[in-house]
Amino acid sequence: MANDVKIENLDQVAVRFSGDSGDGMQLAGNIFSTISATVGNSISTFPDYPADIRAPQGSLTGVSGFQVHIGAEKVYTPGDLCDVLVAMNAAALKTQYKYAKPNATIIIDTDSFQKGDLEKAQFATEDPLAEMGIDKDRVIACSITQMVKDCLADSGMDVKSILKCRNMFALGLVCYLFDRDLNIAFNFLKEKFAKKPGVAEANIKVIQAGYDFGANTHSSAANVYRIETKSKEPGRYMDITGNKATAYGLIAAAEKAGLRLYLGSYPITPATDVLHELSKHKSLGVTTVQCEDEIAGCASALGASFAGALAATSTSGPGICLKSEAMNLAVIMELPLVVIDVQRGGPATGLPTKSEQTDLLQVLFGRNGETPMPVIAATSPTDCFDSAYAACKMALEHMTPVVFMSDAYIANGSGAFKLPNLADYPAINPPYVPEEMKGTWTPYMRNSEDVRYWAVPGREGFTHILGGLEKDSKTGAISTNPENHDLMCRLRQSKIDKIPVPDVKVEGDADDADLLIVGFGGTYGHLHAAMDEMRAAGKKVALAHFTYINPLPKNTAAVLKKYKKVVVAEQNLGQFAAFLRMKVDGFVPAQYNEVKGQPFVVSELVEAFNKLISK
Amino acid sequence: MSEYTAKDYKKGQPRWCPGCGDHFFLASLHKAMAEIGVAPHDIAVISGIGCSSRLPHYMATYGMNTIHGRAAAIATGCKVSNPKLSVWQISGDGDGLAIGGNHFIHANRRNIDLKMILLNNRIYGLTKGQYSPTSPRGFVSKSSPYGTVEDPFRPAELCFGARGHFFARAVATDAPGTIEVLKAAHAHKGAAVCEILQNCVIFNNGTHESVYTSEGRKKNAIYLEHGKPMIFGENNEFGLMQDGFNIKVVKLGENGVTEKDLLVHDAHCQDNTLQLKLAMMEGPDFPIALGVIRDVEAPTYDEAVNAQIEEVKAAKKYHNFAELLETNDIWEVK
Ligand SMILES: Cc1ncc(C[n+]2csc(CCOP(=O)(O)OP(=O)(O)O)c2C)c(N)n1
Ligand code: SF4
Ligand SMILES: [Mg+2]
Repeated sequence: MANDVKIENLDQVAVRFSGDSGDGMQLAGNIFSTISATVGNSISTFPDYPADIRAPQGSLTGVSGFQVHIGAEKVYTPGDLCDVLVAMNAAALKTQYKYAKPNATIIIDTDSFQKGDLEKAQFATEDPLAEMGIDKDRVIACSITQMVKDCLADSGMDVKSILKCRNMFALGLVCYLFDRDLNIAFNFLKEKFAKKPGVAEANIKVIQAGYDFGANTHSSAANVYRIETKSKEPGRYMDITGNKATAYGLIAAAEKAGLRLYLGSYPITPATDVLHELSKHKSLGVTTVQCEDEIAGCASALGASFAGALAATSTSGPGICLKSEAMNLAVIMELPLVVIDVQRGGPATGLPTKSEQTDLLQVLFGRNGETPMPVIAATSPTDCFDSAYAACKMALEHMTPVVFMSDAYIANGSGAFKLPNLADYPAINPPYVPEEMKGTWTPYMRNSEDVRYWAVPGREGFTHILGGLEKDSKTGAISTNPENHDLMCRLRQSKIDKIPVPDVKVEGDADDADLLIVGFGGTYGHLHAAMDEMRAAGKKVALAHFTYINPLPKNTAAVLKKYKKVVVAEQNLGQFAAFLRMKVDGFVPAQYNEVKGQPFVVSELVEAFNKLISK
Repeated sequence: MSEYTAKDYKKGQPRWCPGCGDHFFLASLHKAMAEIGVAPHDIAVISGIGCSSRLPHYMATYGMNTIHGRAAAIATGCKVSNPKLSVWQISGDGDGLAIGGNHFIHANRRNIDLKMILLNNRIYGLTKGQYSPTSPRGFVSKSSPYGTVEDPFRPAELCFGARGHFFARAVATDAPGTIEVLKAAHAHKGAAVCEILQNCVIFNNGTHESVYTSEGRKKNAIYLEHGKPMIFGENNEFGLMQDGFNIKVVKLGENGVTEKDLLVHDAHCQDNTLQLKLAMMEGPDFPIALGVIRDVEAPTYDEAVNAQIEEVKAAKKYHNFAELLETNDIWEVK
């Protein structure tokens, strides 16, 4: 975890609209900056007209660009690279890509990336993205021209006028990505085209269509959120989103453990990119199975685990509901399994593209029986790597399912990731049954940490059966003996309690804070920023931010009870606070809760925390 | 010759009710395993929940008795990640076709190399006698005291509908027939569904009565064998002929019908139309088809997944985590 973090929110991004000079890029850009200004962002814009106004359509010299920066205080220079690049045709992509950040989201109109367009833009192959080295995951490719034609098919407009509205589709999509209120755009257009209500109406319709496309396809832009350390250690860096870092963490752990990585999954926003990322890396032996549902995703992963793989399953809250029975089977079979929960807004389908921390009690307790399960919550996009690695290590070494939690905010958000050296990471040693135990071994024999041994099928002399029925602690046979069941429940609990986890760190005024802020998981950046701001204003504040939720760090009670005032801040109605109250006798914190599907707003946190201090 | 005997696959004392069809099936499975000869430690037997799903406890192989309905999904992960294993799924009609129906069809569609044993007693045995998705319309049970008002699944129809490439049927009490079918399932690469007609003496006694004894089978069943004409009857006096779009029962010697006029079984035929007709035959007008009804070669999922991994390994330049990192845009902070 970094000491000094900075978060960039959607008030600090740059969007570049580019296309043919006739594509109306300036208008789209102007409307976007107007909307942003209306909601209180400071803006600066950089028009970039083509060198040759009369250049032929679709040619390299005819491209015009218009860049909008939105941000609070920062002064931008035209040299700043954009976070989102809209390229309405192939020539625009070719000439404008150099203005995009390395992990910028690229929106393209596939209808103007046809053979002729590619030729005019002087592409050598039919795959311009590959040719420019653009990762397809960052590209929102949509058939804008066709969709605009369909949208205005009944408008009575001629094709030429219809095509003039393409820019509005791109604008609508960008508005979706940045959560902009379309009404401001609508009013702008009504005023601008007051004398031509038909044109205004057509444009409005197309903006809405672009916005709906974004919503329907759960589009997201990686750079909307960034969490960065202010002072970077020397080293080599890459940009990484939380979901990609999660996938990398699994890959790294599998390599370290010398195991095949298996992912069983069913697509669901905002977790799908973990499946996408892992599916690419077959050259590392990664096996991904897109199953018929989440139940099968989890169940097949458990089968893979039995068969000796490092097995994981990825999903979001609704998927956890479906997986819970198989997760419980993993508890009683005591097999390693990593369950990835990228949280979104609930209940049910809820706010599929938004972020919350409302699955915490579900992953801790949402199963039948006594069913202890470790839970690790990543704190930032880059921390997803370390936390996912830790989850794999814990699952494999303690023969248990482990829940790895992130959320839509850090999963789609990105940060600068210092390239890790796998040699620096701790070894992963699963408790394989030693050969000497042949003949005497039974499946529920345990080592000193109460962990049972792993006998992978294929090994002679260790055939055995596992299952969902309670087993005798000694023989491994089915048992309904009351004393045995009581013992097995306690053993499964103590096995989890004995897992070593690092102490929770107290940052800020650890010795004399008037207020301790407590949080977990993806809110780290905001809580830290709030603390920084308060301390800069002379307040005594500390932050204890938890990654390890179950088991809790050993110093938890000591930390929580050290300070007079403690506030637990979380994006739910008090789930972590409730858990801490359950685990720490006499702990009665203040609470800051928000379930808006949006990241915390630092200024609001500061205001609320200041009130608590002065109370 | 296999180096194993049935004893090498046997474990424990089965707890099924005396006379339960599962006992008979288990004995045949032990024998079939011995004939097949895969080492017990290279076999995983994976079941869901139900009376029938207790079976893996009586196998001296690797095994899992999991949760209700999920055996096919769990077996899928097992086979795909460790293709060396011979993976057998054991399910009841409820486990495999009600709660697990989705996994059943998808395992068939994907053609995962699983031996999918369906112990069909047309009842929920373990929960004490509710109707199942294979119980006939009007079936009276504890949860349908006035008779069911729904039609049953026919397992073959589901299997074929899901693009299944192997379907066989045997009666639990018919050891040679069962062993034949199990061996054929093992020999088939891919999802292999074996419907075992199994009697629940407690809650659905007599459900397969017409074919449960060898006398009954002589009268009411036909053993299908690839390449052989379709003859049945106590004295082999009947046969099956195609009749337009249908199949009809004929008596040999009557109306000049000879063996040459009879249908010859083709289990390897890609088109499943006639195979389905055979699988759907029912008494009293038709014999019940036993044996391997469909057995068609097709690429399996587990092989394809692993072949693709090898192909991509050969095509891509990064083969470990450190090399993966280098495929990204990297910058340096000094
Ligand atoms: C999730 C879940 N739902 C319901 C049950 C109860 N249950 C156990 S077995 C079973 C049906 C068994 O029928 P079948 O699969 O045909 O097996 P049989 O006992 O007839 O061999 C049911 C409903 C359960 N164990 N788990
Ligand atoms: S209840 Fe029926 S299916 Fe279950 S063991 Fe007894 S006879 Fe067999
Ligand atoms: Mg049954």
